[in-house]
Amino acid sequence: MKLIFEKSNAGRGCELLPECDVPVTSVDDKFRRNKELHLPEVSETELSRHYTELMKRTFGVNDGFYPLGSCTMKYNPKVNDDIAKLSGFAEIHPLQPVGSAQGCLEVMKLAEEYLSEVTGMDAMDFQPAAGAHGEFTGLKLIAAYHKERKDTKRTKIIVPDSAHGTNPASAAMAGFSVINVASTKEGYVDPEELKKVVGDDTAGFMLTNPNTVGMFDENILEITKIIHDAGGLNYYDGANLNAIMGLVRPGDMGFDVVHLNLHKTFSTPHGGGGPGSGPVGCKELLIKYLPSSRIILKDGKYEYAEKSPESIGRVKAFYGNFLIVVRALTYILTLGGEGLKNASENAVLNANYMMSKLQESFEIPFSGHCMHEFVISLEQLKQEKGVSALDFAKTLLDYGMHPPTMYFPLIVHEALMVEPTETETKENLELAIEVYKKVLEQAKSDPELLHQSPVKTVIGRPDEVMAARNPILRYQFNVNGE
Amino acid sequence: MGTYVPNTKKEQQEMLKEIGVSDLRELFRAIPEEVFLERPLNIPAGLPEMAVQQKMSGIAGKNKVFHSIFRGAGAYRHYIPSIVKQITSKEEFVTAYTPYQAEISQGILQSIFEYQTMICELTGLDVSNASVYDGASAAAEAVIMCKERKRTKALVAESVHPETLETIQTYCSGTDIEVVLVPAKEGRTDIDELRRMIDNETACVLLQQPNYYGILEDASLIGDIVHEKDAKFILSCNPISLGVLKTPAEYGADIAVGEGQPFGIPLSFGGPYLGFMAATEKLMRRLPGRIVGETKDSRGERAFVLTLQAREQHIRREKASSNICSNQALCAMTAAVYLDAMGAKGLRQAAESSMSKAHYLAEKLTKLKGFHLVYSGEFFHEFVTTCNGNVDNVLAALEKRGILGGYPLSGKDEGHLLWCVTEMNTKEEMDTLVGILEEVTKA
Repeated sequence: MKLIFEKSNAGRGCELLPECDVPVTSVDDKFRRNKELHLPEVSETELSRHYTELMKRTFGVNDGFYPLGSCTMKYNPKVNDDIAKLSGFAEIHPLQPVGSAQGCLEVMKLAEEYLSEVTGMDAMDFQPAAGAHGEFTGLKLIAAYHKERKDTKRTKIIVPDSAHGTNPASAAMAGFSVINVASTKEGYVDPEELKKVVGDDTAGFMLTNPNTVGMFDENILEITKIIHDAGGLNYYDGANLNAIMGLVRPGDMGFDVVHLNLHKTFSTPHGGGGPGSGPVGCKELLIKYLPSSRIILKDGKYEYAEKSPESIGRVKAFYGNFLIVVRALTYILTLGGEGLKNASENAVLNANYMMSKLQESFEIPFSGHCMHEFVISLEQLKQEKGVSALDFAKTLLDYGMHPPTMYFPLIVHEALMVEPTETETKENLELAIEVYKKVLEQAKSDPELLHQSPVKTVIGRPDEVMAARNPILRYQFNVNGE
Repeated sequence: MGTYVPNTKKEQQEMLKEIGVSDLRELFRAIPEEVFLERPLNIPAGLPEMAVQQKMSGIAGKNKVFHSIFRGAGAYRHYIPSIVKQITSKEEFVTAYTPYQAEISQGILQSIFEYQTMICELTGLDVSNASVYDGASAAAEAVIMCKERKRTKALVAESVHPETLETIQTYCSGTDIEVVLVPAKEGRTDIDELRRMIDNETACVLLQQPNYYGILEDASLIGDIVHEKDAKFILSCNPISLGVLKTPAEYGADIAVGEGQPFGIPLSFGGPYLGFMAATEKLMRRLPGRIVGETKDSRGERAFVLTLQAREQHIRREKASSNICSNQALCAMTAAVYLDAMGAKGLRQAAESSMSKAHYLAEKLTKLKGFHLVYSGEFFHEFVTTCNGNVDNVLAALEKRGILGGYPLSGKDEGHLLWCVTEMNTKEEMDTLVGILEEVTKA
């Protein structure tokens, strides 16, 4: 399809603004733009149709099953979006006097209270804009804690080799060096390995539990204790919180700091890659280091407490992705405490149901009940038939389904990570099971077919190597700007 | 309570049977008994949709929506064309994930490619990423991009937005980048000081244009000084202003960043906003975040994909150029649709109107007793004045009339007001504002 620039025609456009009703000030030559500005010149009709065409080339949760492991692609309730669009939220200036923004402060205070309860933390800060941003913030809290105690040799963050890529990247960004610790072949943290790497240089340990293969680490209390005994702090990556709401809390498992992905667990939409929201929660001992001023209720009015002098400083302007917090709060109010637990229970039930039905046909390298997601390995298929996880995923596209996450975690070869979420019906799960089995049969009988897929999508497989070798990252206008 | 779980009790039983367990609790056997939560969460019972609507609307009603806003300071109220809101509410765009599966994500990928093109056009630079969190974090990421083994000093103009400065400091603390402030003199970067401070260890100089006080800095001269020392020049700019003001590239910037909120994103109590980032081709592989590139598919047709991923955390882990994963994709699309609708002519009009109206207000205001411009020199759509009388009282009087007045500055600017005017403020509104101020400050 054409780019909007290729639909542009000089002289077309939308009349949107009135004439200026005061005398026009001219810009001094020294500051005036000389470079011609090429932006599309399109009628509103063309613009509307352009994006409808783009919409039809996009797959959202509303289009079908989206079991993208680790991403929690649950249904995004529409009431959340409606609430976020209320002028009483959307049209509030971040620097309005506090007295005129009482509703905004109430939203953050309530969200803090409820999310602290879910995670077993003592405070929550909404400034981080996404999960990785939350990780960075949480790790800075750990750094500030050790620094204030003058425990300056604690420069290392331990990360399991099964961790999300953001964990080591965030640790490096926060100024730590990273120690990778090998997992057991079942995908768990090996307490013996952990004991070998902890020491007086351990600043902290990052873990998601359930872990990235979808299993709950039953040694969790021993693991967090090993770190605490060595003087380090435990960081909980909240990417997988959807499995445990109302069942077990990171705070009770020995974690000192967590981040949440409101755009995963708390049903706010992903927007094609963002905006998300990655609030950081922590135990009492870290509160004074949080980036934002605390919101307090005084004489029936919300206000900001004076900023703590020990704060790590802000990680972003203003208060974070506020309208995402509004959506998450709406979700929590809708479900209530029992509903959150019900969501987690059904997320785990759906995943186990799918896993159990797929077990006879597929290699699932981990035994026992999974939590909200599970991992399939196609290693054998790759060896025997030359069909990779990528081939398998691409074939699923022709069935109108979003494929599972591919090639993650790194500790499983030819991995497909399936996270069905609680908002899918039993029929949808059964349809997916049927399709997965059918594709597996095809892979065995006619592997070439899978190499050629997808065939029903608007484009075939793109040449990613060419894209990286010869980067074309923008449209080039010709000299006339046409 | 509301729920989005479709499983009925009967279905749950069937599923449990298939799994081979008798109840849900059994699925959670791996959770140690001593930490299994036996009590219900202390969160109120859920509510049906209508009740939630009413409750949340009630909370929204406790905020005051100002119909007349003369405050910016990093968040700007501009006109948002209706089509922007309609397009960016389409469910596919709203609910899709990061476009990992290119074959079913061409819509998102193409929109980002178009966005990148327009950011390059606006800034005059070669390469744009797919967005970062906001203007402040974009500035911080830009500083980190410039670090080199022997260049670890970042000079940041004191006249940047204070929250941008604080964000840069947080990002750089704990790393080997030293952030040093270049003082401002009369509301503008002190050029002599800059010359004195810059050296061969300087990795970059970051300047904001127009600066926090609305003043236009001598960015061309500063760019020359930076390049004489072979350091990188980062310009943080207001995107609307680029409709009429010099591009960062024309000033010699190596990296341009900024807060993209003015492009169709509502004030939203500060977020979600949009951090835009563009750089010269030379710096392409140091850019953080997602980048979309054009390629061909297996059928030989044009296709778009996420590219240059060898920079990113999921490949490079602790060696990545940044940890960023989620960005602000839907906000980037918002900006793209805004620019499509406005076109170069509309953007110029928004910029010219904002600037002209700001000058109109400045002229009227400074005719009042006790209000004069604190800093001289060219400004865009913000300016700082003194205030006749107590700032809080004056602002409270305006608030009573539904007007959000200038932003009360603090620190060494205590007692001064930072005013902002956009195309949304009519002449009538400004005359009313001046009338009220005259009345209030006379007493």
